[in-house]
Amino acid sequence: MASWPAQTKYISHPTTRIDAVPKVTGKAHYSSDIQADGWLYGMILRSKWPAAKISGINLDKARQVPGIQAAVKVRDGEFTVRFYGEELAAVAGTSKQACLDALRAIEVKAEPLPFVVLEDDARKSDAPKVWDGSSNVSPGRPREKGAVDQAFSECAAVIEGFYTTPVQIHHPMETHGNTVSWTDDGLTAWSSTQGISSVRDSFAGALQLDQSKVRVLTDFMGGGFGAKFSAGVEGVLAARLSREAKAPVRLMLTRFDQGLAVGNRPSSFQKIKMGALADGTLHAYDGENYGTAGIGAGGDSGGGGGGADIPMPYLYTVANSRVKQSAVAVNAGSSRAFRAPGHPPASYGMECAMDDLAVKLGMDPVEFRLKNDPNEIRRRELTIGADRFGWKEKYRPPGTSPGPVKVGVGCAGAAWPAGGPNRRTQGEAQINPDGSVEFRLGVQDIGTGTKTVIAVVAAEMLGLKPEQIGVKVGDTRFPPGPGSGGSTTCSSVSPTVYDICAKALEQLQAQSGIADARGENWFAACKKLGVTPLTVSGQWQPGLSSSPAYGVQFAEVAVDTETGLVTVRKVVAVHDCGLIIDTLTLESQINGGVIMGMGYALYEERVMDDLSGVLLNPNFETYKLPGIADVPEIQIVLLNMPERGVIGIGEPATVTTAGAIANAVANAIGARVPGLPITPAKILNALGRAPAPLST
Amino acid sequence: MKAPEPEKLEAHSRRTFLKSLGTVAATAATAQVQSVAAELEKANAEKVLGPGPVPVVLTVNGEKLKLALEPRVTLLDALRNYSSLTGTKEGCDRAACGACTVLIDDTPVYSCQKLAIEAQGREITTIEGLARSGKLTKVQQAFIEKDALQCGYCTPGFIMSVTALLKRNPHPTLEEVKHACSGNLCRCGTQPHILQAVLLASGVEVTTKTEVLHG
Repeated sequence: MASWPAQTKYISHPTTRIDAVPKVTGKAHYSSDIQADGWLYGMILRSKWPAAKISGINLDKARQVPGIQAAVKVRDGEFTVRFYGEELAAVAGTSKQACLDALRAIEVKAEPLPFVVLEDDARKSDAPKVWDGSSNVSPGRPREKGAVDQAFSECAAVIEGFYTTPVQIHHPMETHGNTVSWTDDGLTAWSSTQGISSVRDSFAGALQLDQSKVRVLTDFMGGGFGAKFSAGVEGVLAARLSREAKAPVRLMLTRFDQGLAVGNRPSSFQKIKMGALADGTLHAYDGENYGTAGIGAGGDSGGGGGGADIPMPYLYTVANSRVKQSAVAVNAGSSRAFRAPGHPPASYGMECAMDDLAVKLGMDPVEFRLKNDPNEIRRRELTIGADRFGWKEKYRPPGTSPGPVKVGVGCAGAAWPAGGPNRRTQGEAQINPDGSVEFRLGVQDIGTGTKTVIAVVAAEMLGLKPEQIGVKVGDTRFPPGPGSGGSTTCSSVSPTVYDICAKALEQLQAQSGIADARGENWFAACKKLGVTPLTVSGQWQPGLSSSPAYGVQFAEVAVDTETGLVTVRKVVAVHDCGLIIDTLTLESQINGGVIMGMGYALYEERVMDDLSGVLLNPNFETYKLPGIADVPEIQIVLLNMPERGVIGIGEPATVTTAGAIANAVANAIGARVPGLPITPAKILNALGRAPAPLST
Repeated sequence: MKAPEPEKLEAHSRRTFLKSLGTVAATAATAQVQSVAAELEKANAEKVLGPGPVPVVLTVNGEKLKLALEPRVTLLDALRNYSSLTGTKEGCDRAACGACTVLIDDTPVYSCQKLAIEAQGREITTIEGLARSGKLTKVQQAFIEKDALQCGYCTPGFIMSVTALLKRNPHPTLEEVKHACSGNLCRCGTQPHILQAVLLASGVEVTTKTEVLHG
């Protein structure tokens, strides 16, 4: 079986990104930068009603706006819209200004319908139904292991907690969108996507085109985090506009649109009762959870999770457990996969319960975890992290930090089991007589460094430098690869490049007669190719990659008990991802996971207005992301395990942060703040110091 | 005091009017009330631009960019959609993310909040204008070396903010760097590497504290 080289020059070392120069000079062309010949600007009209029957859309006046060249309805006839922001129509014109004018000229006949946007309102029996004739609440799938009620009576300590997490919005810096050119020859889409193949297939399916007639290109794209796998309504509208206008149409969502309609992380409302024996062994667990995936939840999804389920109980072994989960439909945009779907809320709920129970047992939270964590790698990470963090010196009983600004510490763990490689990944390389080489893989680099990973592996295998490796991705005409989801790209691509290189060296040897074509012999061997380049195809091979990845993070916070402000001072992140490919881009990914997790812990929350059904904070001035001044010192410890092969890291890095921060806050103030985000108001409430409401 | 007729005041001249009102307020306080009327008359006499396209000349990266734009077109829109300068990014179009940051006479400005017509006669520098000689600037080099970018969409905005900072303060403290970049958002979470890159560009060598344990 194939195996990675024991001694490496580039693999497991820091390599700067091979596509960094175009990114720092503005020469990188993102999907939103495409200026195809004769391109038009496209925009979408969205529902201003959270629920309504649409009986007519009149585009006549919009078409008369100077500069407008196409206008389409999302569908003909009567239909129902079920959330504020659902697509109604779209226009394309020669300028953004023309489109803005045209959107205002569209006439919509609508009959508003009853709606419900908050989870607890939607669960009531008399709540308006999001889907006619179906319950808003999916029936759930209770499961039980052991004898839970009996087990609770045997526990030395039992806690009950209600831990909630908000709907989080992906908000990549580049919004969703495409430039689409649809002619008789076929459809070309420059898409801001994580999955060129899935976008191609969704365009072909929606427009009834042969898949071979659709080409998707993604040279650079500005982040996705799980929400960009399909052509989407916006892509299909752009295609139809292009067809009507006979011109390419660039239709990127506005930031406002982005908050409404292209995905989010479902909320969770976790009621957890958990008990342990006197020696600290977890013994009984009873967890109930509900959450919303927007209109994508509830009865109409056929029952079951409807996309809001989370893994319960998370990570730790409990002999007796009972779990019941359900999803609640509300009139709001649907959820989509979001960086480690299900895991950040699961980690947050379970890790809060773990700390609360450790406190009740009088045990050190780290010792309590070591006793109950079945995973050897994570126990090692916990021990290493505690040492680097200085846990023994820093941990003190909850609320005992002196002074008005209280310091606290916490930790939490992760597992990311879905990160297995895509075994059908393929790729090719063209090796030219002058020694230049280009790898082509039908994957995409969403900022994780996929192009650089390809170059590092190829450079290692061929004895060249990463900058000598040409890399092309983001074209459905290249051999197919996976979508960038589930932290699978690195573990899919690396063995594929290995295989291409191994075959290339074999063939070069055969054609050149040079026994080892690597390194200093490379150019001499290539020269022997004469005038015909060598093209080599390869595919994913077993033995070079695996899953899952784990990880543990520790957080230190300072909480101002007078203002409620939380400052994260330090995070120690201990992670494993098998064989490390590039320590530099890996560091970036872990930093990013921590910071996104910190946003989830302290700032981010989709706020729906129950009276109007409107999303109140679709933009960055109200949907708060961590800024540079909020970011703590992040200390990273990596376990390099070449024997496990390559494993992805994007998702595990963000799973634990919110739980660790929440526990650090509870440790600082001596009270559990129920629910993320941990805002100053919630801190003051937990301390009983909230100012009285203003009387009017 | 007769109120001005707002519908006759185009955004450009309205702004000039408001500016003049500021000075007027001071003089009015010294009882020269008649000057208010004079200022108003002057403001109202300004040529109203638009609503159709008007000739606009922008000086971008040292070159003249001649365009015909409706007065409501922003500088960001003019760069990205009326010329091929797409290095400046649109992240929110409402002054909240900083992806569209450009320099106007060395001051970092959100180009989504500046009308193109207002930027005439000023030196505009975009990300494309930094390495005009073909040689990357220290800031660009440091961003590459420290991997201060992931998807790279916010990167032009950060680089412009940092370039302006180092021009006016070549040796900033960490706090000053944070302050200078507080108007730029990054969703990939690259901020720790951006801080390292700025320190490196200012001549401070930063080494990573990341530990790699084997086995």
